[in-house]
Amino acid sequence: MNQSTSIQNLRSGAMSADLAKAGQRAVSAPLGHALVEAAQQDERVVGLSADLAKYTDLHIFRDAMPERFYQVGMAEQALLGAATGLAMEGYVPFASTYSVFATRRAYDFLLLDIAEANLNVNLVCALPGLTTGYGPSHAATDDVAILRAAPNLTIVDPADAIDIQQAVPQLAASDGPTYMRLLRGKVPAVLDEYDYTFELGKAKLLRDGADVLFISSGLMTERVLEAAKELEKDGFGVAVLHTPTLKPFDEEAVLAQLGKGRLVLTAENHSIVGGLFDIVSRTVAGHGVGERITPIGLPDTFLDAGALPTLNDRYGVSVEAIVERVRQSL
Amino acid sequence: MTETSAPTALDPERIQRIREAAYRIRQYSLIQAEVQGQGYIGQALDIADVLAVLYADQLHLDPLDPESEDRDRFQLSIGHYALALYAALTEAKFFPEEELQTYAGDDSRFPMSAMRTYTPGVEISGGSLGHGLGIANGVAMGLKRKGSDRFVYNLLSDGELGEGSTWEAAAVAAHHQLDNLIAIVDFNDQQADGKSTQMLSMEPVTDKFEAFGWMARRCDGHDVEALLTNLIELRESEDPRPRVLIVDTTLGKGVDFLEAREKLHFMKVTEEEWALAHEKLTESHQALSEESGR
Repeated sequence: MNQSTSIQNLRSGAMSADLAKAGQRAVSAPLGHALVEAAQQDERVVGLSADLAKYTDLHIFRDAMPERFYQVGMAEQALLGAATGLAMEGYVPFASTYSVFATRRAYDFLLLDIAEANLNVNLVCALPGLTTGYGPSHAATDDVAILRAAPNLTIVDPADAIDIQQAVPQLAASDGPTYMRLLRGKVPAVLDEYDYTFELGKAKLLRDGADVLFISSGLMTERVLEAAKELEKDGFGVAVLHTPTLKPFDEEAVLAQLGKGRLVLTAENHSIVGGLFDIVSRTVAGHGVGERITPIGLPDTFLDAGALPTLNDRYGVSVEAIVERVRQSL
Repeated sequence: MTETSAPTALDPERIQRIREAAYRIRQYSLIQAEVQGQGYIGQALDIADVLAVLYADQLHLDPLDPESEDRDRFQLSIGHYALALYAALTEAKFFPEEELQTYAGDDSRFPMSAMRTYTPGVEISGGSLGHGLGIANGVAMGLKRKGSDRFVYNLLSDGELGEGSTWEAAAVAAHHQLDNLIAIVDFNDQQADGKSTQMLSMEPVTDKFEAFGWMARRCDGHDVEALLTNLIELRESEDPRPRVLIVDTTLGKGVDFLEAREKLHFMKVTEEEWALAHEKLTESHQALSEESGR
């Protein structure tokens, strides 16, 4: 590899805000547009951000409805405090920042002010898992692990633009607090190719197959769907159960897919500690089901900084790495 | 530095009515603390005059409709002052006096630290310090959205000024010109490990709030006339800034032997002292009433 190639690689991923690949069907800023629509339907909806409207697609809402938007500056605790107060007054706030800041820095506020009071505050937080090459300061590989023990809190890990667009009005309509792992910028549109609609709290079987079952959430659902197509060429039947709501978790839908003699894998854009793998494992153990679950996810380590394609390969979460992992396991 | 307003002529009956309320709030606080044999009695006694001015005079509230849209919102950021708040709410007829006997008991509506999910009239769950002012911002924003002219009052403590989130919230309130927000800082110079000014001094507090873009006042937290005058002026002012009143208070105020006791965050009172405390409170209240009646 010569030097110019490695520089090219770096540029291709480290700074990119878009998840969609060139030529892929995508929706630009799905959250922002969905929120404008939700706010047109529901007078109670307001938006807030802590100096990251532009980087969480909330600028679309801010520019369309400036009188319903609050900028609080780089102050995440104040962001959640203001959202709490607005919800107490009957408004339905959507507050955006990066996942790392909402969860690590402002957790006490999220837990005690929002979750304990069971208020309709909706947190939409960008850079879940490995969607940035900045390393641990920006990559929320631990947000689900942090938030799962917060009572009352609904946690949503959308796969694509379709999930985000359909989730927003449902998050606004549900009474309690929610946390959504936001995909931003040009977000792929994938799920409309399947017989699918997002339903809060529900898992959906996107495709069936006799040999392999992926239980996946977030952007990993798109990757396992791609992997399924590859594996199909090898003659393997691959099922994909998409679980966009991580809490409350649709245990019933998962249990219905187990015990069929298939290779079962979880696929998550999160540390394998405290995320989907753990959620599925406790479902399996709690119901006394004898099933081995193979985790695909981010390792229990601080992620390297670098270009996303390189890092996806390095940590085994690229389509190619997933396909290879399954081939070796079958 | 400190802007202390000169006492203006206020109706003596109004002042006396507030003093009577303060006296009862102190008695109610003692009743609750005695039930548990302990409690944050020092703080409850120090804040009683402020709560009396609010609950007996300034706050627009309906005890029969605690969640009325047309109410002022009083938020206790310092959740451990709960017994003082329950006392004030009892004074405002939210609860019968008998319910004070349930303080901090099993299934009581009066938990040791005040929470909005337990008690009618308790607006926020305090306790984890540094939360209140940020929530007050959101409520003030919400009231403005609705076109309501009601106010948000947020009671915080000097120790709580050490929390960075308090200052995040202070900046946001000023930036958004939340002139319907009145913060009150109980400056009793006491926090868990000792005197606040010796733990992490935030003085000059008035200057700090002014530098953050607030309209700031400071007065004696036991001078009912000064408290009332300041709170009226802060509320009625056309100034676009959020408001803060820093009140200098004495832990255990009204019970001489508690005022004189070694200052502690969690004041100890022995079993035989409770009756004496009630007596001393009555004595000091009568003395104050006679003095002002002259």
